[in-house]
Amino acid sequence: MTADSLEPLLASREILVFCGSGGVGKTTTAAATGLAAAVQLGGRVLVLTIDPARRLADALGLEAIGNVERRVPDAALHAAGLEPRGELFTAMLDTKASWDDLVLRHAPDEETAYKVLGNSLYQNITARFVQSHDYIAMERLYDLHTHGRYDLIVVDTPPTRNAIDFLDAPARMAEFFGGRLLRWLTMPYRLGGRRGARVVNFASRPFYQLADRVLGSQFLQDIAEFFLSFQSMYDGFVERAQAVERLLRDRRTSFAVVTTLEGAPLREAEFFARELTARDYPFGAMVLNRVLPDYLSASEGHAAAAALTERADALAKALAALGDAALEDPDRDARVLRTAARTFLDYAVVATREREQRAELSRVPEVVATVPAFADDVHDLAGLAQIGRALLRSP
Amino acid sequence: MTPAAPGAGFLDRRLVFFTGKGGVGKSTVTAATALLAAERGQRVLLVEVDAKGNLTSLFEHPPVGFDPVEVYPGVSAMQMRTEAALNEYLRLNLHVPVLGRIGPLASVLDFVATAAPGVKEILTVGKVCWEVRESLQGRADWDLVVVDAAATGHVIAQLDSPRAIQELVSVGPVRQQTEWMVDLLSDPAITALQFVTAPEEMPVNETIELVARARAELHVPLGSVVVNRVLPEPFTRGDEPTFEALLDRPPRQRLERDVGTGVGSVLEATRLAVSLRRSRAAHLTALREAVDLPLLYLPYLFVRDHGLRVTRMVAEHLAGELGL
Repeated sequence: MTADSLEPLLASREILVFCGSGGVGKTTTAAATGLAAAVQLGGRVLVLTIDPARRLADALGLEAIGNVERRVPDAALHAAGLEPRGELFTAMLDTKASWDDLVLRHAPDEETAYKVLGNSLYQNITARFVQSHDYIAMERLYDLHTHGRYDLIVVDTPPTRNAIDFLDAPARMAEFFGGRLLRWLTMPYRLGGRRGARVVNFASRPFYQLADRVLGSQFLQDIAEFFLSFQSMYDGFVERAQAVERLLRDRRTSFAVVTTLEGAPLREAEFFARELTARDYPFGAMVLNRVLPDYLSASEGHAAAAALTERADALAKALAALGDAALEDPDRDARVLRTAARTFLDYAVVATREREQRAELSRVPEVVATVPAFADDVHDLAGLAQIGRALLRSP
Repeated sequence: MTPAAPGAGFLDRRLVFFTGKGGVGKSTVTAATALLAAERGQRVLLVEVDAKGNLTSLFEHPPVGFDPVEVYPGVSAMQMRTEAALNEYLRLNLHVPVLGRIGPLASVLDFVATAAPGVKEILTVGKVCWEVRESLQGRADWDLVVVDAAATGHVIAQLDSPRAIQELVSVGPVRQQTEWMVDLLSDPAITALQFVTAPEEMPVNETIELVARARAELHVPLGSVVVNRVLPEPFTRGDEPTFEALLDRPPRQRLERDVGTGVGSVLEATRLAVSLRRSRAAHLTALREAVDLPLLYLPYLFVRDHGLRVTRMVAEHLAGELGL
């Protein structure tokens, strides 16, 4: 039996992770869920967004969300007509600052920490390349959760190219820092001790010869230096990555997949659902977003649209006789009636497509929540609250 | 004859990247561009970068791999695979025959390709650039290489990767390998970065941001912005008050008596359509004001299916916008 409200999940879990392909309204859904939980269920709720764009900040009316958590002022909630039972906090991931924190925490001494922080490879990895978001997002979630300041953390996942990348990130990180490959890569340094000895070691092994040819020796040296400094932090990093992974699989956590009923996002959502289940992550809910209203599929509407088209001229005459100035031109009335009928049928085609897509959903979790298509974009707390009510099926 | 729209020039380039926020129809526009170019006699290579594997479904063709497969007359498609690109690079540039034979090296390179940051990006862009260079030098047949590139944000890292690598690697073959890529990517006669967006708040905001970033951080020439899924305006300004009047009680009851209660649904749906269109028009205005690139408009298609028929419809609308 599937439920249509997120409420049981919100009441029983400590972490709810929203995932889905780009453009389906993941960030907005996460924010609306957090808001609904804080307002309707109470407690201290944190919405953690990872998206580099400052979308949530706009939606929550905050000028800037940094790596620190900020409370959404009660006054702002009251202004939106909300009477919160709990407290709502927001935080946005600052990748660079989070990495730096991590290094400072695990480094054995300040010198090593600053050596790493100052390494050009480290700066490049953390600042420029997108994969580093994946891991640090989950790491930050772990950090926030273990501090225990929140009853519920709602997470908006990074828009990874491959939507499940972030799930693998902790394991990949553990492998990266603890793996034999890395030790192997830095071996000439560790064996040679002095820089001069390196050349001999490199030259004698086909692997290093090739690596030298591909990457250039300077780059290889940078890599090695970077990882040598990192060596003292391996254990801390690996342990941490494993703990992050355990938390994601824990029953206190649940995953929700957000999708619209369009072909491509839906296929992505199904892929997601499959992967979550296969990897034994708790897949708790699916949110169908921006769904067209049911009346578009009802037969009465279709019958009326057909009649309006066929009998437009006769109906227009009757309308013109009603005495309303805006309806006095029967030609115009007929045209408007036909246009309305055609518009209904156009949207009905899309609604039918959505219904078919929904019926084909193969893997359905405990909860399937539906958010209707709203005419206007959501950009304020009142709009988020409206979505929240749809997610929790509350009046 | 309709004059060719400004920004139409991207079909005359050799390498066109399409980027845009997820969900705006980037893949559909990319596929339609490939189809349009092929219909006009060009030999097109269509490259799917996001490993979703459903770009070829827009041609009703099963998924393809790293080796290009013709999915439509004149359109060959390939899916980017980092390991395959690395293998090819090593084979061609360093004359390393088959990776499997080098034992542990294979796993090291696999590790480098999947885990080391930046490597994926450079291999992706490198492979694409290589196909273009081969064509320019007469060793490959592509008149046009069309790339369904990474979504907003990632595309900057991707297209910037040759320069990023240059900052890291000051000498050696990789350095040389990235120099020609930077040249090719910054040549306005060869390359264009196209943006795909939809007239909705977030896609428009992200496009404005992305265009500004691309201008500031990349040397890649910018093409135009394709605004996809533009909803039709149901009523002219003159007809709209008449529609509003229909929503009042007396005319509505009158219609319900004559054609049944379904009239309410018809009017409700039309009202939704009018307000959706209206809220989107505001986003279009914001886009026009903030972005100084040519804009091309493609209508929302009220169709039931996906596939080749829809791709062709989009291509036709695109041709119309380009004045072809």
